[in-house]
Amino acid sequence: MPSNELRELQLERLRETVRLAGENVPHYKKLFADMKIKPSSIKSLDDIKKLPFTTKMDLRDGFPFGMFAVPQSEIVEIHTSSGTTGTPIVVGYTRSDIDLWGEVMARSLTMAGVSKDAIIQNGYGYGLFTGGLGVHYGAQKIGATLVPISAGNTKRQIDIMCDLGTTHITCTPSYALYLADSAAEAGLIKKIKLKAGCFGAEMWTEKIRDEIESRFSITALNIYGLTEIIGPGVANECEHKNGLHIFEDHFYPEVISPETLEPLPDGETGELVLTTLTRQGTPMIRFRTRDITSLHREPCKCGRTIVRMARITGRSDDMIKIRGVLIFPSQIERAILEVKGVEPHYQIIITRPQYLDEMEVQVEISKKMFSDEIRHIEDLRKTIERNIEKAINLRVKVSLVEPKSLPRSEGKAKRVIDKREL
Amino acid sequence: MDKVRQVSVFSENKPGRIEKITKIFSQEGINILAISITSTNGFGIIKLLVDKCDLAYEKLKENGFSVNLSEVLAVEMKDSPGGLYEVTHILSENGVNIENAYVYVVESRARAYLLVEVKDIEKAKEQLSGTNLSFFKYDDFKS
Repeated sequence: MPSNELRELQLERLRETVRLAGENVPHYKKLFADMKIKPSSIKSLDDIKKLPFTTKMDLRDGFPFGMFAVPQSEIVEIHTSSGTTGTPIVVGYTRSDIDLWGEVMARSLTMAGVSKDAIIQNGYGYGLFTGGLGVHYGAQKIGATLVPISAGNTKRQIDIMCDLGTTHITCTPSYALYLADSAAEAGLIKKIKLKAGCFGAEMWTEKIRDEIESRFSITALNIYGLTEIIGPGVANECEHKNGLHIFEDHFYPEVISPETLEPLPDGETGELVLTTLTRQGTPMIRFRTRDITSLHREPCKCGRTIVRMARITGRSDDMIKIRGVLIFPSQIERAILEVKGVEPHYQIIITRPQYLDEMEVQVEISKKMFSDEIRHIEDLRKTIERNIEKAINLRVKVSLVEPKSLPRSEGKAKRVIDKREL
Repeated sequence: MDKVRQVSVFSENKPGRIEKITKIFSQEGINILAISITSTNGFGIIKLLVDKCDLAYEKLKENGFSVNLSEVLAVEMKDSPGGLYEVTHILSENGVNIENAYVYVVESRARAYLLVEVKDIEKAKEQLSGTNLSFFKYDDFKS
Protein backbone atom coordinates (compact mmCIF):
# COMPACT_ATOMS: atom_id res chain seq x y z
CA MET A 1 0.00 0.00 0.00
CA PRO A 2 1.43 3.46 -0.89
CA SER A 3 2.41 5.29 2.27
CA ASN A 4 0.02 8.23 1.80
CA GLU A 5 -2.90 5.81 1.54
CA LEU A 6 -1.65 4.01 4.62
CA ARG A 7 -1.46 7.32 6.52
CA GLU A 8 -5.04 8.10 5.55
CA LEU A 9 -6.22 4.70 6.63
CA GLN A 10 -4.40 5.07 9.94
CA LEU A 11 -5.91 8.53 10.53
CA GLU A 12 -9.41 7.31 9.81
CA ARG A 13 -8.94 4.31 12.11
CA LEU A 14 -7.36 6.43 14.83
CA ARG A 15 -10.39 8.74 14.87
CA GLU A 16 -12.68 5.73 15.08
CA THR A 17 -10.65 4.32 17.97
CA VAL A 18 -10.85 7.67 19.79
CA ARG A 19 -14.60 7.68 19.27
CA LEU A 20 -15.02 4.07 20.41
CA ALA A 21 -12.86 4.52 23.50
CA GLY A 22 -14.21 7.97 24.38
CA GLU A 23 -17.82 6.84 24.19
CA ASN A 24 -17.55 3.45 25.84
CA VAL A 25 -14.50 2.99 28.06
CA PRO A 26 -15.07 4.76 31.41
CA HIS A 27 -11.35 5.47 31.82
CA TYR A 28 -11.06 7.26 28.47
CA LYS A 29 -14.53 8.82 28.71
CA LYS A 30 -13.47 10.74 31.79
CA LEU A 31 -9.98 11.63 30.54
CA PHE A 32 -11.19 12.81 27.13
CA ALA A 33 -13.93 14.90 28.75
CA ASP A 34 -11.39 16.56 31.08
CA MET A 35 -8.99 17.18 28.20
CA LYS A 36 -11.76 18.18 25.78
CA ILE A 37 -10.77 15.55 23.23
CA LYS A 38 -13.17 14.49 20.49
CA PRO A 39 -12.58 12.37 17.39
CA SER A 40 -12.64 15.64 15.44
CA SER A 41 -9.66 16.91 17.48
CA ILE A 42 -7.55 14.45 15.51
CA LYS A 43 -6.91 16.30 12.27
CA SER A 44 -3.66 14.61 11.37
CA LEU A 45 -1.65 11.67 12.68
CA ASP A 46 0.60 14.16 14.50
CA ASP A 47 -2.37 15.08 16.66
CA ILE A 48 -1.93 11.75 18.40
CA LYS A 49 0.37 13.78 20.69
CA LYS A 50 -2.75 15.37 22.17
CA LEU A 51 -3.98 12.03 23.44
CA PRO A 52 -3.11 10.82 26.94
CA PHE A 53 -0.84 7.85 27.57
CA THR A 54 -2.20 4.61 28.96
CA THR A 55 -0.10 2.68 31.47
CA LYS A 56 -0.27 -0.77 32.94
CA MET A 57 -1.46 0.92 36.14
CA ASP A 58 -4.56 2.27 34.34
CA LEU A 59 -5.37 -1.27 33.23
CA ARG A 60 -4.90 -2.56 36.75
CA ASP A 61 -7.19 0.13 38.13
CA GLY A 62 -9.84 -0.95 35.64
CA PHE A 63 -9.66 -4.60 36.74
CA PRO A 64 -11.50 -6.66 35.64
CA PHE A 65 -13.74 -5.25 32.90
CA GLY A 66 -13.16 -1.49 33.27
CA MET A 67 -11.23 -1.12 30.00
CA PHE A 68 -13.83 -2.86 27.82
CA ALA A 69 -15.46 -0.83 25.05
CA VAL A 70 -18.25 -3.35 24.47
CA PRO A 71 -20.69 -5.15 26.79
CA GLN A 72 -19.20 -8.32 28.26
CA SER A 73 -21.69 -10.34 26.18
CA GLU A 74 -19.85 -9.24 23.02
CA ILE A 75 -16.54 -10.56 24.36
CA VAL A 76 -15.73 -14.07 23.13
CA GLU A 77 -12.35 -14.54 24.83
CA ILE A 78 -10.23 -12.95 27.51
CA HIS A 79 -6.55 -13.06 28.26
CA THR A 80 -4.67 -11.77 31.26
CA SER A 81 -1.16 -10.69 31.95
CA SER A 82 0.04 -11.10 35.48
CA GLY A 83 3.01 -8.81 35.17
CA THR A 84 5.46 -8.96 37.99
CA THR A 85 3.44 -7.48 40.80
CA GLY A 86 -0.10 -7.23 42.08
CA THR A 87 -3.41 -7.45 40.27
CA PRO A 88 -3.45 -8.93 36.80
CA ILE A 89 -4.75 -6.98 33.85
CA VAL A 90 -7.55 -8.27 31.65
CA VAL A 91 -8.06 -7.71 27.95
CA GLY A 92 -11.15 -8.79 26.03
CA TYR A 93 -11.48 -9.92 22.43
CA THR A 94 -14.64 -9.61 20.34
CA ARG A 95 -15.15 -11.98 17.45
CA SER A 96 -13.65 -9.41 15.10
CA ASP A 97 -10.63 -9.00 17.41
CA ILE A 98 -9.97 -12.73 17.19
CA ASP A 99 -10.15 -12.41 13.39
CA LEU A 100 -7.71 -9.54 13.52
CA TRP A 101 -5.36 -11.54 15.74
CA GLY A 102 -5.47 -14.49 13.34
CA GLU A 103 -4.74 -12.11 10.45
CA VAL A 104 -1.64 -10.45 11.99
CA MET A 105 -0.34 -13.77 13.27
CA ALA A 106 -0.85 -15.32 9.82
CA ARG A 107 1.24 -12.47 8.38
CA SER A 108 3.94 -13.16 10.99
CA LEU A 109 4.06 -16.89 10.35
CA THR A 110 4.05 -16.32 6.58
CA MET A 111 7.27 -14.34 7.02
CA ALA A 112 8.81 -17.49 8.49
CA GLY A 113 7.68 -19.42 5.41
CA VAL A 114 4.65 -21.10 6.97
CA SER A 115 2.19 -22.22 4.26
CA LYS A 116 -0.62 -24.76 3.98
CA ASP A 117 2.03 -27.46 3.64
CA ALA A 118 3.87 -26.58 6.85
CA ILE A 119 3.73 -28.62 10.05
CA ILE A 120 3.96 -26.09 12.82
CA GLN A 121 4.72 -27.10 16.37
CA ASN A 122 3.41 -24.49 18.77
CA GLY A 123 5.52 -24.59 21.89
CA TYR A 124 4.03 -21.47 23.45
CA GLY A 125 1.87 -22.07 26.49
CA TYR A 126 -1.87 -22.34 25.88
CA GLY A 127 -4.12 -20.63 28.38
CA LEU A 128 -4.44 -17.11 29.70
CA PHE A 129 -1.00 -16.35 28.26
CA THR A 130 -1.48 -15.03 24.71
CA GLY A 131 1.41 -16.93 23.10
CA GLY A 132 -0.29 -20.27 22.57
CA LEU A 133 -3.64 -19.17 21.14
CA GLY A 134 -2.14 -16.32 19.10
CA VAL A 135 0.01 -18.71 17.09
CA HIS A 136 -2.91 -21.13 16.97
CA TYR A 137 -5.27 -18.64 15.28
CA GLY A 138 -2.56 -17.53 12.83
CA ALA A 139 -1.69 -21.09 11.80
CA GLN A 140 -5.36 -21.94 11.33
CA LYS A 141 -5.90 -18.85 9.18
CA ILE A 142 -3.07 -20.04 6.92
CA GLY A 143 -4.37 -23.60 6.97
CA ALA A 144 -1.06 -25.06 8.11
CA THR A 145 -0.98 -28.33 10.03
CA LEU A 146 -0.86 -27.21 13.62
CA VAL A 147 0.54 -29.27 16.51
CA PRO A 148 -0.84 -27.60 19.66
CA ILE A 149 1.69 -29.17 21.99
CA SER A 150 1.96 -26.11 24.27
CA ALA A 151 5.01 -25.42 26.45
CA GLY A 152 7.14 -27.94 28.33
CA ASN A 153 7.48 -31.73 28.15
CA THR A 154 10.78 -31.58 26.30
CA LYS A 155 11.11 -35.27 25.48
CA ARG A 156 7.71 -35.31 23.82
CA GLN A 157 8.49 -32.11 21.91
CA ILE A 158 11.57 -33.75 20.44
CA ASP A 159 9.84 -37.06 19.69
CA ILE A 160 7.02 -35.26 17.89
CA MET A 161 9.44 -33.12 15.92
CA CYS A 162 11.20 -36.28 14.73
CA ASP A 163 8.11 -38.42 14.15
CA LEU A 164 5.90 -35.85 12.41
CA GLY A 165 8.69 -34.03 10.60
CA THR A 166 7.80 -30.64 12.07
CA THR A 167 8.87 -27.85 9.69
CA HIS A 168 8.26 -24.80 11.89
CA ILE A 169 8.41 -24.12 15.58
CA THR A 170 7.20 -21.33 17.81
CA CYS A 171 8.48 -20.99 21.39
CA THR A 172 10.64 -18.76 23.54
CA PRO A 173 14.27 -18.44 22.39
CA SER A 174 15.59 -19.84 25.66
CA TYR A 175 13.37 -22.89 25.31
CA ALA A 176 14.54 -23.35 21.71
CA LEU A 177 18.11 -23.58 22.97
CA TYR A 178 17.06 -25.99 25.67
CA LEU A 179 15.32 -28.15 23.06
CA ALA A 180 18.45 -28.11 20.91
CA ASP A 181 20.59 -29.19 23.86
CA SER A 182 18.22 -32.00 24.79
CA ALA A 183 17.85 -33.18 21.19
CA ALA A 184 21.62 -33.24 20.79
CA GLU A 185 22.02 -35.17 24.03
CA ALA A 186 19.48 -37.74 22.88
CA GLY A 187 21.35 -38.01 19.56
CA LEU A 188 18.23 -36.86 17.66
CA ILE A 189 19.20 -33.41 16.41
CA LYS A 190 20.00 -34.74 12.91
CA LYS A 191 16.51 -36.24 12.63
CA ILE A 192 14.85 -32.85 13.11
CA LYS A 193 13.68 -31.31 9.85
CA LEU A 194 12.89 -27.79 11.09
CA LYS A 195 13.25 -24.96 8.58
CA ALA A 196 12.35 -21.89 10.57
CA GLY A 197 10.78 -20.59 13.76
CA CYS A 198 9.30 -17.47 15.32
CA PHE A 199 10.79 -16.80 18.73
CA GLY A 200 9.72 -14.19 21.24
CA ALA A 201 7.96 -13.43 24.54
CA GLU A 202 11.31 -12.60 26.15
CA MET A 203 14.30 -10.41 25.43
CA TRP A 204 17.03 -12.08 23.38
CA THR A 205 20.10 -11.21 21.38
CA GLU A 206 21.76 -11.74 18.00
CA LYS A 207 24.14 -14.13 19.74
CA ILE A 208 21.22 -16.30 20.86
CA ARG A 209 19.83 -16.14 17.31
CA ASP A 210 23.15 -17.43 15.93
CA GLU A 211 23.08 -20.27 18.45
CA ILE A 212 19.53 -21.32 17.59
CA GLU A 213 20.18 -21.08 13.85
CA SER A 214 23.39 -23.07 13.89
CA ARG A 215 22.23 -25.77 16.29
CA PHE A 216 19.00 -26.53 14.41
CA SER A 217 20.19 -25.31 10.97
CA ILE A 218 17.12 -23.06 10.68
CA THR A 219 16.10 -19.45 10.21
CA ALA A 220 15.21 -17.92 13.56
CA LEU A 221 12.93 -14.88 13.41
CA ASN A 222 12.02 -12.42 16.12
CA ILE A 223 8.34 -11.95 16.92
CA TYR A 224 6.95 -9.19 19.11
CA GLY A 225 3.69 -8.57 20.85
CA LEU A 226 2.07 -7.91 24.18
CA THR A 227 -1.18 -8.86 25.82
CA GLU A 228 -2.30 -5.25 26.30
CA ILE A 229 -2.26 -4.67 22.53
CA ILE A 230 -3.31 -8.13 21.26
CA GLY A 231 -0.62 -10.71 22.09
CA PRO A 232 2.02 -11.93 19.64
CA GLY A 233 1.62 -10.55 16.13
CA VAL A 234 2.23 -6.85 16.65
CA ALA A 235 5.46 -7.14 14.66
CA ASN A 236 7.65 -9.84 13.12
CA GLU A 237 10.89 -10.07 11.20
CA CYS A 238 11.05 -10.98 7.54
CA GLU A 239 13.77 -13.25 6.17
CA HIS A 240 16.17 -10.28 5.95
CA LYS A 241 16.22 -10.01 9.77
CA ASN A 242 16.57 -6.29 9.57
CA GLY A 243 14.18 -5.22 12.30
CA LEU A 244 10.58 -6.28 12.96
CA HIS A 245 7.88 -5.13 10.57
CA ILE A 246 5.09 -3.57 12.61
CA PHE A 247 1.62 -4.23 11.24
CA GLU A 248 0.92 -0.54 11.41
CA ASP A 249 -2.42 -0.71 9.66
CA HIS A 250 -3.65 -2.18 12.96
CA PHE A 251 -1.14 -0.93 15.55
CA TYR A 252 0.16 2.62 15.43
CA PRO A 253 3.70 2.92 16.81
CA GLU A 254 5.51 5.89 18.32
CA VAL A 255 8.84 6.06 20.09
CA ILE A 256 9.01 8.55 22.93
CA SER A 257 11.69 9.75 25.31
CA PRO A 258 10.94 8.00 28.62
CA GLU A 259 12.13 11.16 30.36
CA THR A 260 10.37 14.01 28.54
CA LEU A 261 7.59 11.78 27.11
CA GLU A 262 7.99 13.68 23.82
CA PRO A 263 7.88 11.68 20.57
CA LEU A 264 11.34 11.04 19.06
CA PRO A 265 12.26 11.15 15.37
CA ASP A 266 12.68 7.92 13.41
CA GLY A 267 15.92 6.11 14.18
CA GLU A 268 16.24 7.44 17.72
CA THR A 269 16.07 5.03 20.62
CA GLY A 270 13.35 5.38 23.21
CA GLU A 271 10.22 3.74 24.58
CA LEU A 272 7.73 2.13 22.23
CA VAL A 273 4.17 3.45 22.54
CA LEU A 274 1.39 1.63 20.71
CA THR A 275 -2.17 2.60 19.83
CA THR A 276 -4.57 -0.02 18.53
CA LEU A 277 -6.38 1.08 15.38
CA THR A 278 -8.92 -1.71 14.96
CA ARG A 279 -9.38 -3.38 18.36
CA GLN A 280 -13.02 -3.47 19.43
CA GLY A 281 -12.95 -5.19 22.83
CA THR A 282 -10.20 -3.27 24.57
CA PRO A 283 -9.01 -0.38 22.40
CA MET A 284 -5.74 1.00 23.70
CA ILE A 285 -4.65 4.61 23.33
CA ARG A 286 -0.90 5.32 23.43
CA PHE A 287 -0.04 2.35 25.60
CA ARG A 288 3.42 2.71 27.14
CA THR A 289 5.03 -0.66 26.47
CA ARG A 290 8.21 0.23 28.46
CA ASP A 291 10.12 -1.64 25.75
CA ILE A 292 13.14 0.19 24.36
CA THR A 293 13.52 0.29 20.58
CA SER A 294 13.74 2.61 17.56
CA LEU A 295 11.65 2.94 14.38
CA HIS A 296 13.01 2.70 10.84
CA ARG A 297 11.28 3.53 7.57
CA GLU A 298 14.00 2.94 4.98
CA PRO A 299 12.79 0.41 2.39
CA CYS A 300 13.33 -3.24 3.30
CA LYS A 301 14.77 -5.69 0.80
CA CYS A 302 11.64 -7.81 1.14
CA GLY A 303 9.56 -5.05 -0.47
CA ARG A 304 7.30 -4.41 2.51
CA THR A 305 6.83 -0.67 3.04
CA ILE A 306 5.60 -0.80 6.64
CA VAL A 307 7.71 0.59 9.45
CA ARG A 308 10.24 -1.59 11.24
CA MET A 309 11.27 -1.60 14.89
CA ALA A 310 14.72 -2.58 16.13
CA ARG A 311 15.17 -5.59 18.41
CA ILE A 312 14.09 -4.68 21.96
CA THR A 313 17.19 -3.85 23.96
CA GLY A 314 15.77 -3.05 27.37
CA ARG A 315 12.90 -1.81 29.49
CA SER A 316 12.40 1.80 30.41
CA ASP A 317 11.18 0.83 33.87
CA ASP A 318 14.52 -0.67 34.85
CA MET A 319 16.68 1.93 33.25
CA ILE A 320 19.22 3.52 35.54
CA LYS A 321 20.84 6.90 35.40
CA ILE A 322 24.46 6.97 36.48
CA ARG A 323 26.54 10.13 36.34
CA GLY A 324 23.90 11.48 33.99
CA VAL A 325 24.18 8.54 31.59
CA LEU A 326 21.16 6.35 30.96
CA ILE A 327 21.95 2.67 30.99
CA PHE A 328 19.96 -0.54 30.91
CA PRO A 329 20.74 -3.68 32.88
CA SER A 330 20.36 -5.58 29.62
CA GLN A 331 23.40 -3.77 28.19
CA ILE A 332 25.40 -4.98 31.13
CA GLU A 333 23.96 -8.46 30.85
CA ARG A 334 25.02 -8.69 27.22
CA ALA A 335 28.52 -7.47 28.04
CA ILE A 336 28.86 -10.04 30.83
CA LEU A 337 27.61 -12.94 28.74
CA GLU A 338 30.10 -12.20 25.97
CA VAL A 339 32.79 -13.48 28.31
CA LYS A 340 33.14 -17.22 27.94
CA GLY A 341 31.95 -19.35 30.81
CA VAL A 342 30.06 -16.57 32.58
CA GLU A 343 26.46 -17.26 33.60
CA PRO A 344 23.74 -14.62 33.82
CA HIS A 345 23.80 -14.39 37.60
CA TYR A 346 24.71 -10.84 38.42
CA GLN A 347 23.62 -7.83 40.38
CA ILE A 348 24.24 -4.15 39.88
CA ILE A 349 24.86 -2.04 42.96
CA ILE A 350 24.85 1.72 42.72
CA THR A 351 26.24 3.92 45.43
CA ARG A 352 27.27 7.52 45.81
CA PRO A 353 30.17 7.47 48.27
CA GLN A 354 30.75 11.22 47.96
CA TYR A 355 29.59 13.24 44.99
CA LEU A 356 29.99 10.75 42.20
CA ASP A 357 27.92 7.69 41.42
CA GLU A 358 29.75 4.39 41.57
CA MET A 359 28.58 1.21 40.00
CA GLU A 360 29.62 -2.21 41.13
CA VAL A 361 28.62 -5.30 39.20
CA GLN A 362 28.71 -8.49 41.20
CA VAL A 363 29.04 -11.61 39.10
CA GLU A 364 28.78 -15.11 40.46
CA ILE A 365 31.72 -17.30 39.65
CA SER A 366 30.64 -20.31 37.60
CA LYS A 367 32.14 -23.76 37.35
CA LYS A 368 33.63 -22.90 33.99
CA MET A 369 35.26 -19.73 35.30
CA PHE A 370 36.96 -21.30 38.30
CA SER A 371 40.61 -22.11 38.03
CA ASP A 372 43.34 -23.01 40.49
CA GLU A 373 45.25 -20.04 39.32
CA ILE A 374 44.18 -16.74 40.76
CA ARG A 375 45.74 -14.99 37.77
CA HIS A 376 43.27 -16.62 35.38
CA ILE A 377 40.31 -15.63 37.49
CA GLU A 378 41.61 -12.11 37.84
CA ASP A 379 42.04 -11.91 34.05
CA LEU A 380 38.42 -12.99 33.60
CA ARG A 381 37.29 -10.36 36.08
CA LYS A 382 39.16 -7.67 34.21
CA THR A 383 37.77 -8.86 30.87
CA ILE A 384 34.23 -8.53 32.24
CA GLU A 385 35.09 -5.05 33.50
CA ARG A 386 36.45 -3.98 30.13
CA ASN A 387 33.47 -5.45 28.28
CA ILE A 388 30.99 -3.54 30.41
CA GLU A 389 33.00 -0.37 30.07
CA LYS A 390 32.96 -0.71 26.29
CA ALA A 391 29.20 -1.27 26.30
CA ILE A 392 28.17 1.66 28.49
CA ASN A 393 31.14 4.02 28.39
CA LEU A 394 31.43 4.09 32.14
CA ARG A 395 34.04 2.66 34.44
CA VAL A 396 32.60 0.01 36.68
CA LYS A 397 33.97 -2.24 39.34
CA VAL A 398 33.35 -5.93 38.84
CA SER A 399 33.44 -8.18 41.88
CA LEU A 400 33.35 -11.93 41.66
CA VAL A 401 31.14 -13.53 44.26
CA GLU A 402 30.54 -17.10 45.31
CA PRO A 403 28.08 -19.34 43.45
CA LYS A 404 24.41 -18.93 44.45
CA SER A 405 25.25 -16.03 46.74
CA LEU A 406 23.07 -13.58 44.80
CA PRO A 407 19.34 -13.70 45.49
CA ARG A 408 17.28 -15.78 43.06
CA SER A 409 13.65 -15.04 42.36
CA GLU A 410 10.92 -16.98 40.65
CA GLY A 411 10.12 -14.48 37.96
CA LYS A 412 12.23 -11.52 37.04
CA ALA A 413 15.39 -11.28 39.09
CA LYS A 414 16.05 -8.06 40.95
CA ARG A 415 19.14 -6.88 39.13
CA VAL A 416 19.62 -3.35 40.37
CA ILE A 417 20.14 -2.23 43.92
CA ASP A 418 20.27 1.51 44.16
CA LYS A 419 21.80 2.60 47.45
CA ARG A 420 22.20 6.25 46.51
CA GLU A 421 20.76 8.75 48.93
CA LEU A 422 19.82 11.76 46.89
CA MET B 1 54.34 -42.13 44.38
CA ASP B 2 50.93 -41.32 45.91
CA LYS B 3 48.70 -39.04 43.89
CA VAL B 4 48.59 -36.05 46.23
CA ARG B 5 45.73 -33.69 45.56
CA GLN B 6 45.00 -30.27 46.95
CA VAL B 7 41.52 -28.83 47.32
CA SER B 8 41.15 -25.30 45.89
CA VAL B 9 38.21 -23.18 46.94
CA PHE B 10 37.02 -19.85 45.57
CA SER B 11 36.19 -17.42 48.32
CA GLU B 12 35.10 -13.84 48.58
CA ASN B 13 37.44 -11.85 50.73
CA LYS B 14 35.19 -11.28 53.72
CA PRO B 15 34.87 -12.40 57.33
CA GLY B 16 33.51 -15.86 57.99
CA ARG B 17 34.53 -17.66 54.79
CA ILE B 18 37.37 -19.76 56.21
CA GLU B 19 35.26 -20.28 59.30
CA LYS B 20 32.55 -21.85 57.15
CA ILE B 21 35.00 -24.11 55.33
CA THR B 22 36.69 -25.28 58.50
CA LYS B 23 33.34 -25.87 60.19
CA ILE B 24 32.39 -28.28 57.41
CA PHE B 25 35.74 -30.05 57.80
CA SER B 26 35.35 -30.29 61.54
CA GLN B 27 31.87 -31.83 61.22
CA GLU B 28 33.12 -34.34 58.66
CA GLY B 29 36.28 -35.27 60.55
CA ILE B 30 38.59 -33.96 57.85
CA ASN B 31 42.05 -32.97 59.01
CA ILE B 32 43.83 -30.02 57.42
CA LEU B 33 47.54 -30.67 56.93
CA ALA B 34 48.48 -27.47 55.15
CA ILE B 35 46.76 -24.33 53.94
CA SER B 36 47.63 -21.51 51.58
CA ILE B 37 45.61 -18.38 50.87
CA THR B 38 46.08 -15.96 47.99
CA SER B 39 43.82 -13.00 47.41
CA THR B 40 43.36 -10.09 45.09
CA ASN B 41 40.60 -7.58 44.28
CA GLY B 42 38.03 -8.83 46.76
CA PHE B 43 38.36 -12.55 46.17
CA GLY B 44 40.84 -15.29 46.75
CA ILE B 45 41.68 -18.94 46.41
CA ILE B 46 42.21 -21.10 49.46
CA LYS B 47 44.28 -24.20 48.85
CA LEU B 48 44.25 -27.03 51.30
CA LEU B 49 46.06 -30.30 51.75
CA VAL B 50 43.74 -32.57 53.75
CA ASP B 51 43.75 -36.19 54.74
CA LYS B 52 40.47 -37.00 52.93
CA CYS B 53 40.48 -34.92 49.77
CA ASP B 54 37.55 -36.59 47.97
CA LEU B 55 35.26 -36.20 50.97
CA ALA B 56 36.39 -32.59 51.39
CA TYR B 57 35.67 -31.90 47.72
CA GLU B 58 32.18 -33.43 47.89
CA LYS B 59 31.20 -31.68 51.08
CA LEU B 60 32.38 -28.26 49.90
CA LYS B 61 30.50 -28.71 46.63
CA GLU B 62 27.35 -29.72 48.49
CA ASN B 63 27.64 -26.51 50.45
CA GLY B 64 27.74 -24.43 47.30
CA PHE B 65 31.44 -23.63 47.05
CA SER B 66 33.32 -23.41 43.76
CA VAL B 67 35.88 -26.11 44.36
CA ASN B 68 38.52 -27.99 42.44
CA LEU B 69 40.86 -30.93 43.05
CA SER B 70 44.30 -30.82 41.50
CA GLU B 71 47.44 -32.85 41.85
CA VAL B 72 50.56 -31.38 43.45
CA LEU B 73 54.06 -32.63 44.20
CA ALA B 74 54.61 -33.18 47.91
CA VAL B 75 58.32 -33.49 48.50
CA GLU B 76 59.75 -34.41 51.89
CA MET B 77 62.42 -32.14 53.35
CA LYS B 78 64.32 -31.62 56.57
CA ASP B 79 62.95 -28.87 58.82
CA SER B 80 66.38 -27.47 59.44
CA PRO B 81 68.66 -24.91 57.77
CA GLY B 82 69.39 -26.00 54.22
CA GLY B 83 66.37 -28.33 54.04
CA LEU B 84 64.48 -26.29 51.46
CA TYR B 85 67.70 -25.66 49.54
CA GLU B 86 68.37 -29.39 49.16
CA VAL B 87 64.93 -29.99 47.71
CA THR B 88 64.75 -26.96 45.39
CA HIS B 89 68.23 -27.72 44.18
CA ILE B 90 67.09 -31.14 42.97
CA LEU B 91 63.97 -29.66 41.43
CA SER B 92 65.91 -27.05 39.47
CA GLU B 93 68.63 -29.52 38.48
CA ASN B 94 65.91 -31.64 36.91
CA GLY B 95 64.20 -28.71 35.19
CA VAL B 96 61.05 -28.56 37.35
CA ASN B 97 59.62 -25.03 37.60
CA ILE B 98 57.62 -24.07 40.69
CA GLU B 99 54.37 -22.23 39.90
CA ASN B 100 53.24 -21.98 43.50
CA ALA B 101 54.34 -23.64 46.73
CA TYR B 102 53.53 -23.94 50.41
CA VAL B 103 54.75 -26.02 53.30
CA TYR B 104 53.39 -28.67 55.65
CA VAL B 105 55.50 -29.12 58.76
CA VAL B 106 54.99 -32.61 60.20
CA GLU B 107 57.49 -32.54 63.02
CA SER B 108 58.88 -29.19 64.02
CA ARG B 109 62.67 -29.01 63.56
CA ALA B 110 62.63 -32.45 61.96
CA ARG B 111 60.43 -33.15 58.98
CA ALA B 112 58.30 -31.11 56.55
CA TYR B 113 56.82 -31.32 53.04
CA LEU B 114 57.11 -28.81 50.27
CA LEU B 115 53.85 -28.76 48.30
CA VAL B 116 54.59 -27.70 44.77
CA GLU B 117 52.22 -26.77 41.98
CA VAL B 118 53.69 -27.28 38.55
CA LYS B 119 52.34 -26.74 35.02
CA ASP B 120 52.64 -30.37 33.91
CA ILE B 121 52.46 -32.77 36.84
CA GLU B 122 53.11 -35.96 34.85
CA LYS B 123 56.20 -34.52 33.25
CA ALA B 124 57.49 -33.29 36.61
CA LYS B 125 56.98 -36.73 38.18
CA GLU B 126 58.95 -38.28 35.36
CA GLN B 127 61.74 -35.74 35.69
CA LEU B 128 62.03 -36.50 39.41
CA SER B 129 61.66 -40.29 39.21
CA GLY B 130 65.39 -41.02 39.26
CA THR B 131 66.21 -38.69 42.14
CA ASN B 132 66.53 -39.62 45.79
CA LEU B 133 63.62 -37.37 46.86
CA SER B 134 60.97 -38.86 49.17
CA PHE B 135 57.33 -38.09 48.63
CA PHE B 136 54.23 -37.78 50.77
CA LYS B 137 52.20 -40.96 51.47
CA TYR B 138 48.58 -40.74 52.63
CA ASP B 139 49.07 -43.91 54.70
CA ASP B 140 51.43 -42.05 57.02
CA PHE B 141 48.65 -39.63 57.94
CA LYS B 142 45.59 -41.77 58.57
CA SER B 143 43.71 -40.46 61.53
